[in-house]
Amino acid sequence: MMKKILKNEAFQSLFASLLCIILGVAVGYVVLLFINPTGAGEAIMEVLKNFMHYSKTNLQLKNLGGTLVKTAPLIMCSLSILFAYKVGLFNIGAAGQYCVGICASLYCALSLGMGWVPCMIIATVCGALYGAIVGLLKSYCNVNEVISGIMLNWIALYSTNMILTPVKEITSPYTFHLASDAPKAILPTMGLDKLFAGNEKVTIALPLSILIAVLVLIVLEKTKFGYELKATGFNKNAAKYCGMAEKRNIIVTLMISGGIAALGASFLYLTDFEQWSCTSSAVPAMGFNGIAAAFLGGLNPIGTIFSSYFIQHITNGGAFVDKTMYCSQISDLISAIIIYLCGFVFFIKYAMNYLIDKNEEKQALKAKALAEANTQEGGDK
Amino acid sequence: MENQYAIEMLHITKKFPGIIANDDVTIQLKKGEIHALLGENGAGKSTLMSVLFGLYQAEEGIIKKDGKEVQIKNPNDANALGIGMVHQHFKLVECFTVLDNIIMGVEPNKFGFLQKKEAREKVVALSEKYGLHIDPDAYIEDITVGMQQRTEILKMLYRENEILIFDEPTAVLTPQEIEELMQIMKNLAAEGKSILFISHKLNEIKAVADRCSVLRKGKYVGTVDTKDATIEELSAMMVGHNVNLHVQKEESTPGDVVLDIENMTVASKMHKNNAVKNVSLKVHRGEVVCIAGIDGNGQTEFVYGLTGLEPLVSGKITLCGEDITKASIRQRLLSGMSHIPEDRHKHGLVLDYPLDYNCVLQRYFEPEFTNKFGFLRKDNIRKYAEKLIEQYDVRSGQGSVTIARSMSGGNQQKAIVAREIDKNPELLIAVQPTRGLDVGAIEYIHKQIVAQRDAGKAYFLFPLNLKKLWTFPTVSSLCMKAKSSVNLTPKPQLKTSLVFIWPAQREMR
Repeated sequence: MMKKILKNEAFQSLFASLLCIILGVAVGYVVLLFINPTGAGEAIMEVLKNFMHYSKTNLQLKNLGGTLVKTAPLIMCSLSILFAYKVGLFNIGAAGQYCVGICASLYCALSLGMGWVPCMIIATVCGALYGAIVGLLKSYCNVNEVISGIMLNWIALYSTNMILTPVKEITSPYTFHLASDAPKAILPTMGLDKLFAGNEKVTIALPLSILIAVLVLIVLEKTKFGYELKATGFNKNAAKYCGMAEKRNIIVTLMISGGIAALGASFLYLTDFEQWSCTSSAVPAMGFNGIAAAFLGGLNPIGTIFSSYFIQHITNGGAFVDKTMYCSQISDLISAIIIYLCGFVFFIKYAMNYLIDKNEEKQALKAKALAEANTQEGGDK
Repeated sequence: MENQYAIEMLHITKKFPGIIANDDVTIQLKKGEIHALLGENGAGKSTLMSVLFGLYQAEEGIIKKDGKEVQIKNPNDANALGIGMVHQHFKLVECFTVLDNIIMGVEPNKFGFLQKKEAREKVVALSEKYGLHIDPDAYIEDITVGMQQRTEILKMLYRENEILIFDEPTAVLTPQEIEELMQIMKNLAAEGKSILFISHKLNEIKAVADRCSVLRKGKYVGTVDTKDATIEELSAMMVGHNVNLHVQKEESTPGDVVLDIENMTVASKMHKNNAVKNVSLKVHRGEVVCIAGIDGNGQTEFVYGLTGLEPLVSGKITLCGEDITKASIRQRLLSGMSHIPEDRHKHGLVLDYPLDYNCVLQRYFEPEFTNKFGFLRKDNIRKYAEKLIEQYDVRSGQGSVTIARSMSGGNQQKAIVAREIDKNPELLIAVQPTRGLDVGAIEYIHKQIVAQRDAGKAYFLFPLNLKKLWTFPTVSSLCMKAKSSVNLTPKPQLKTSLVFIWPAQREMR
């Protein structure tokens, strides 16, 4: 019975993810101990508490809302990574496609004055086209998707800086506020702000991203399309052998992956929660955090919803660390450590199976020895 | 009395999960002799040599060198005992020179600085002594396969190995190179080296070996002096029953042409030459055409070209009157082609998919399995899979939902065969379809093939070993004789007769 539970795939995923989180927190605590032993315990608790830091329900809800606003794009980024990963591709270019999404949605909103629906659609299409470049290079020129993805990330970053410069504030590197310059491009809240004590940044982005997670699950598990894509991912040669268009599948996959990432970008930037800095020198970490979220979520679309929330929770929680004891970068450091260890899910799963198998082998040997001993005794009689 | 054996492997037993690769095998290699090890594919020759070379550990049995028992735990132990091996696939660094490759691992040096001069003198001396005619400064990538093999031989000689193992050394050589290799082996033996020569080519064994040990299905059959044994006796020992090499012509009643191949040329992935050159042949309804040959003679590329996995360099393929030369794989499959692939893990199955998904790998898009909205009809897929499982007796842990990876190789193969035959194809290309199956399953599949043929289907069969050919009466078989290592040359005049010219090409003529 116990063995059955231990060997269950879902249980293993969940267990491994939880163990990763505990490990991450523990290592983060040790690092804090080294920097300043007196405040370590309190600091790590602050990270975990996040919005619970406040005692008033109102403030708590408002802060929870803030975390949720950034959870939506993270869900999308991890879905982007997950989708490509199921087809055997490691789309590290998601960060660049996300960047393209920012560029397209802000440009459409601020420069062309479009509403939120066309902004979102155009962002998705641009991300998909950007993903298609990686796909074309991969399937027709055999360029590794990681290499071309990383290079395209930089191209996306500097192109975004350049394209958005006309719509930035004169005195700062930041783009205009949507609230003042393009209010119709802001995503509607549909009453969600009421739930979070009037936090107007909580928009339909969150339910939309959950809906897309469900859609991804259905496409991958239930449809002919998903069947083909997964077969290509598991065994490219077999896919070719049975007549699937494996080249087309790779391109389509990266287009969908890019589209999801870019849509995620519009989910954040069309809330006016953040402005783009036209002097950015690195692509937003969202795309890379998506990798950790996808793995922490056990590569399950529904799992990514929870893992994305957790990662965002930790990241935001870092802001509450006592700045008199630790320098301001400590919050990033701690969340980075935890996110990093989240990537160990598969290692833990492997180790678990290894231990189970070894244990079984031992018991089988014991049983065999026992049986032999018994027969010998029987023979003596 | 002085011990006359250089190496003795006594009562070696080596088991792999589900199979006994070597079952109580004994071979004794005399000093200065060329000892051949004969057996079909999968008879356990390579496993035995791997045990001797320290790549595997035997469960039972002992190895003696010069009469003393030794332990060989890894190739380094083997080297220390003076055992060297020329592998079937050479282990050379392409962008290094011959000399660099020879001294690799045992580089002569002073305080870490290479002393190539002495090494070169030694190599040149060895090369002259044994008539190897090799240029120590040539780069491996620039020299012929035969020369690369000599580099491997020199590598063993440079390390002063006394016992030399040749693992199917002639498989990659041209006839002339084979002649030269035979001479080199004789020179080596004359100089006192002991040679173990693995092969399944009887004429070569007859030409060069002093004695010959035969393995069959992992069991030791016997050792004979080659000069006393005839080719027929040797092949009977290898195959297990008297093989009638002169089978009468059978009447066959071929129907319309199903497949017409004209001047097909397919490039090779391994080397720059074409693997299949200008092959033309026709397959008729009710015909089973066998293509036999030693591995690496172009059969794989032939199948790839035919099924569309590799593009043709030139030529034309017509299936049921339709030109499919440029057709996609899907189009070929839809126009009545079925393909049991050689490598079931690489091509045949998606190992991480459950069995039922694998059963519809080429049919998932049919309305029976996908509804008009693009959703899979999982009930029907499962039902269909269960039908195949029942009909073909595919055994697995959890029935149709078993992950293919966890199934045994034989059952994986059964699933593929079931899938391909059940498609009711016009042309079935079966590459070693009974690989890894037990006797009962083999018989069932053979019956299926014959039944399909009687129903007017055409078959292409690539048998695993020559024994399979005799299992099929009234087939017309076309034999491909490897003229050189890379050529597939059809012999049209042999069509519709069951003459098998390989293992003894020359003698049988």
